[in-house]
Amino acid sequence: MPEGTLCNKQPVNTKEQLHALLADTRGTLYYKEMEKLDIDQEVLRDIIRKTLKSRMRTWLEICAHCGLCADSCFFYLSNHKDPKQVPSYKIQSTLGEIVKRKGDVDNALMRYAMDTAWGKCTCCNRCGMYCPFGIDMGVMFSYLRGVCFSQGFVPWEMKIGSGMHRIYRAQMDITTEDWVDTCEWMVEENQDEWPKLEIPIDKENADIIYTVNAREPKHYPEDLGDAAILFHIAGENWTVPSEGWEETSLAMFAGDWEGSRLQVKSVYDAIERLKPRKMVVTECGHAYRATVIEGPYWTGQQSGKPPVETLHYVEWVADALRTGKLKIDPVKKIKEPVTYQDSCNYIRNAGLRKDARDIMGYIAEDFREMKPCGEHNFCCGGGGGLNGIGRYREQRNIGQKVKRDQILETGAKLVITPCHNCWDAIRDLEETYKIGIRWSFIKPLLLGMVIVPEHLKGEE
Amino acid sequence: MYNIVTGPMAWLSFLIFFIGILLRSIMYIKGLDWRLDRVTYTKNVSYGIRGAIKSIFFWIIPFGSQSWRNNPGFTILVFTFHAGLLITPVFLLGHNILLQERWGISLFTISETTADMLTIAVLVSALFLLLRRFSLPEVRILTTSYDILLLCISILPFLTGFLAHTQVPPYNFWLITHIISGEIWLIAVPFTKLSHIILFFMSRAQLGMDFGIKRGGMKGGGITW
Ligand code: SF4
Ligand code: SF4
Repeated sequence: MPEGTLCNKQPVNTKEQLHALLADTRGTLYYKEMEKLDIDQEVLRDIIRKTLKSRMRTWLEICAHCGLCADSCFFYLSNHKDPKQVPSYKIQSTLGEIVKRKGDVDNALMRYAMDTAWGKCTCCNRCGMYCPFGIDMGVMFSYLRGVCFSQGFVPWEMKIGSGMHRIYRAQMDITTEDWVDTCEWMVEENQDEWPKLEIPIDKENADIIYTVNAREPKHYPEDLGDAAILFHIAGENWTVPSEGWEETSLAMFAGDWEGSRLQVKSVYDAIERLKPRKMVVTECGHAYRATVIEGPYWTGQQSGKPPVETLHYVEWVADALRTGKLKIDPVKKIKEPVTYQDSCNYIRNAGLRKDARDIMGYIAEDFREMKPCGEHNFCCGGGGGLNGIGRYREQRNIGQKVKRDQILETGAKLVITPCHNCWDAIRDLEETYKIGIRWSFIKPLLLGMVIVPEHLKGEE
Repeated sequence: MYNIVTGPMAWLSFLIFFIGILLRSIMYIKGLDWRLDRVTYTKNVSYGIRGAIKSIFFWIIPFGSQSWRNNPGFTILVFTFHAGLLITPVFLLGHNILLQERWGISLFTISETTADMLTIAVLVSALFLLLRRFSLPEVRILTTSYDILLLCISILPFLTGFLAHTQVPPYNFWLITHIISGEIWLIAVPFTKLSHIILFFMSRAQLGMDFGIKRGGMKGGGITW
């Protein structure tokens, strides 16, 4: 059975495999090989039989074909209501077909399934809220991604991303040394202003273990510095682990469940090792979803919860503002109209709507909700890994028209985006549509408006 | 003929119907898997129950969910159709007389006029649902002949019952087809997606538990449907 040298059913486990993939610019050869990739129908049938249980079977069976889910999907809305973008149609014509044919499918169908699972769905789970039967196409597309991954039909960047996690326990090639160096560098960088600033590494029994998104040490180290300063001001007893600091999961986006498990386990191991009281996760949506919401299940935690209580960054901020650990200088509050991008992963799928609103109450004078908002908000357009997949760039940009119009309708020029994917997506949206907006994480905004307590003032 | 269809045939179809939906429910629940579904069904039970109840409640009352409110026309059609479909056969005077005669039980009954109105409501809403299927592109693309067949199976007892009731000749023919079509419906339920008569509740409860336990229900106030 033909297997490509780059496009095949083997997950990436070695640096050699990884480098070979990276050397294939934009995955040109990779996608060419994919056109010839055979399907192991027996394995496929077996996976379906063993893992597609009553929940999804029932969803596929009882769908009333009523079309109520159509308007819930931003891809449908932004593609001139193309019927081929109706969530039910998308899942019935892919996973539905694979199940109906009991795995007896050809290469073309698998490629269509891949193009649909990644290029026409961000697993935002919004459709599930609008279907009378509670059929959650986002859940099924995520499952379909796993099925596609097992047969080697996965976008090039996702295959690389999952390999990164398997090799480095991070979505990028960052070693323990790189990470520790970055932490030290950020302390030095801020030393003049904050002589007592620390980023304590591997401190046991701290109140907080802080975990991040690999993009922060790699591309935005100042974010780590900002986090340290805010913990410092709030007087937190915190630490970062030297290993197990990465919360994100391109493996989850890729449908690589073993890779996802390995990644999450590295974080849980750090918790076991350092025994913190709780964990705080940086401003990232899917990282929180992966490590806090889904991770417990991948690693078999019977409680369905991570080993310690875990807060998303917005929960920590909301709590710090409520308890007065962080105080806002009223004159420095944001005066201009400002809106908030609700991340699907921690708002709709983790219930943190109120914390986000509480923060806005403290820091903004003219906060404007998008319509719809909260759990009902639309995806930024770049979720589910879509931001990072070249093959579907065009689809991503078209999908963002919904978000563009939502933002324009608020009249706000500043969008608060406490999620790396949303942040990227809104940045790219501005690049494509030039609507004159700015976007920001919460940390830099907070730093501009918190009151520094007296005992730290001398430091300044 | 009349004796056969209202005797052993009726017994058989009711038996298939009740045992069928019971088995479908058991199979559904047995097929839930906390690790694969990623929901701790047996832990955090109170959150699960709360989520399940909310998830069913807001969807069985008209305009209870955002989705129902966004689609008022469809909502009215769906609720009219289902209300008529459920109330008419169960509380019809004629059916209850028969029940009393055969099995010695009977329920509360509705007046004949109400029954007529409900029957017409079912037929009219079915017609509009059918028209909707063909006129809206997003529904047309999903529609299969199986959907149409099931709609026919569901309204045939109403159509024939109405004709029999209004004494359109040949009365006996309409009566017998009415009974047979009702029995076809009963038998079809467990084997087709008409099983949503019970699986609707199962599926809604499942997603409610998913949101209630895992996706935010234990942190925020839970999802607003
Ligand atoms: S809303 Fe639900 S039942 Fe209706 S077509 Fe979509 S998935 Fe199927
Ligand atoms: S999960 Fe989101 S993107 Fe995917 S089909 Fe549903 S609404 Fe569309």
